Amino acid sequence: MERCDGRKKDELRSIHMEVGVLKRADGSAYVEWGANKVFASVYGPREVIPRFLARNDRAVLRCKYNMTPFSVEDRKRPGPDRRSIEIGKVTAGALAPSVLLEKFPNSMIEVAIEIMQADAGTRCAGITAATLALVDAGIPMRDLVPACAAGKVDGEVVLDLCKEEDNSGQADLPIAMMPRTNAVTLLQMDGEMTEEEVEEAIALAQTGCRQVYEMQKAALVSKYGGGDE
Amino acid sequence: MDAVANIKRQFIHELAAAGKRADGRGMLEYRDIKIVPNYLKKADGSAFVELGDTKVIVGVKYDVGTPFPDIPNEGVMTTSAELAPMASPDFESGPPGEDAIELARVVDRGIRESHAIDTAKLCIKPGELVRIVFVDIQILDQDGNLIDACGIAAITALLTAKMRVYDSEGNPTDTVEPLPVRKIPVPCTFAKIAGSLMTDPQVDEESVLDSRLTVTTDDEGYIVAMQKGEYGSFKLEEIMEAVKISKSEGARIREIIKAAVNESD
Repeated sequence: MERCDGRKKDELRSIHMEVGVLKRADGSAYVEWGANKVFASVYGPREVIPRFLARNDRAVLRCKYNMTPFSVEDRKRPGPDRRSIEIGKVTAGALAPSVLLEKFPNSMIEVAIEIMQADAGTRCAGITAATLALVDAGIPMRDLVPACAAGKVDGEVVLDLCKEEDNSGQADLPIAMMPRTNAVTLLQMDGEMTEEEVEEAIALAQTGCRQVYEMQKAALVSKYGGGDE
Repeated sequence: MDAVANIKRQFIHELAAAGKRADGRGMLEYRDIKIVPNYLKKADGSAFVELGDTKVIVGVKYDVGTPFPDIPNEGVMTTSAELAPMASPDFESGPPGEDAIELARVVDRGIRESHAIDTAKLCIKPGELVRIVFVDIQILDQDGNLIDACGIAAITALLTAKMRVYDSEGNPTDTVEPLPVRKIPVPCTFAKIAGSLMTDPQVDEESVLDSRLTVTTDDEGYIVAMQKGEYGSFKLEEIMEAVKISKSEGARIREIIKAAVNESD
């Protein structure tokens, strides 16, 4: 089949990652993923505000996902909408299994994801960037958390839908995972798929995650050096 | 974490690891489902649903308004959920928080993505007037698995909903017709505790679960929505097991919904 931007069915858009791009944040990263442009920052571990959120057995992980008003075709009204709040929540769920939260009781780690330009797949780009920002902040983690979507376009399961495909496609299935243990930490799906297509899409998205994983490692090595086996 | 919560956690984890549950249910056994369609007179459609001791009410009301510019010939549906303080000591009043928003959006996604409502039939005057359907979820008693209880209540309420027929000028007539509902999406929610999958988590199980997974299926066995929740993870095999079970459980629950709606007609 022919994809709108000429990619193969199992081919990612071009992805560029950079670690440590902001001065004030404890950790930060920038990800360009096709036409998506995404910044992520991490502050913490630091004091929990408001205090009643504090947990005496682990750190609280809070994730905020925000789209800038100029990130989409028609100006988006600034501030959190219901979609952003839900994505913030599932992003926390995607990152938390990897972060050693139990090392920092009574503290808070805050992740902020800002979408400068959106072109389908912003939650995956955001999670990918947030992971790099967590590493940049020196937060101990079990594994990196790459994210990638697969979907169904013209009846075929394909990797990493771009905007046109997302609009015309029959399903979208974003995942995030910890590649060392194959643990899926984000899973959402909307559209219409058979059981077999769901399995194919998750498996394909996992191959996408593994490619993103290698790029994350390369981005960290280019910032901090090392990586020699 | 306080001591009591810790003991409860350990107790439920030990049971789950042995394939058992505190209330004696099997791992894949739902609590009893009771559905009262058309529970309210003032709403255009409604349902009262009990899932074990979880109690929820969904009311459907419609209004007439202008369509979205990109879909001028289609009506609109919106879903919202209220986690009222009555339903749990953990709920507070105020604008909907993360949990209420996620609940409403997961229920909404099942209905929307299965194309359960024939939105083209909600159009009154193309580009000018369409019906806007509001699905409002009210929680009375949170004893666990609100997603499934609310999903069942929402589609039941939609199936019972009636709407006024409008003439071509956009004036209401005295005739009423059923809301055009053509599918019955059913969400099935799983908890993973101590490495074991269970369906329909009760509230104590929810409070100690590692992760949650909802799979919504339609009448033809298509998967129309999925959502992983909370802080744990799933293996591909676990996800596919959940998908398989939600197809058969979804089919079973769909028959319960149909029977309840038919009885009320």
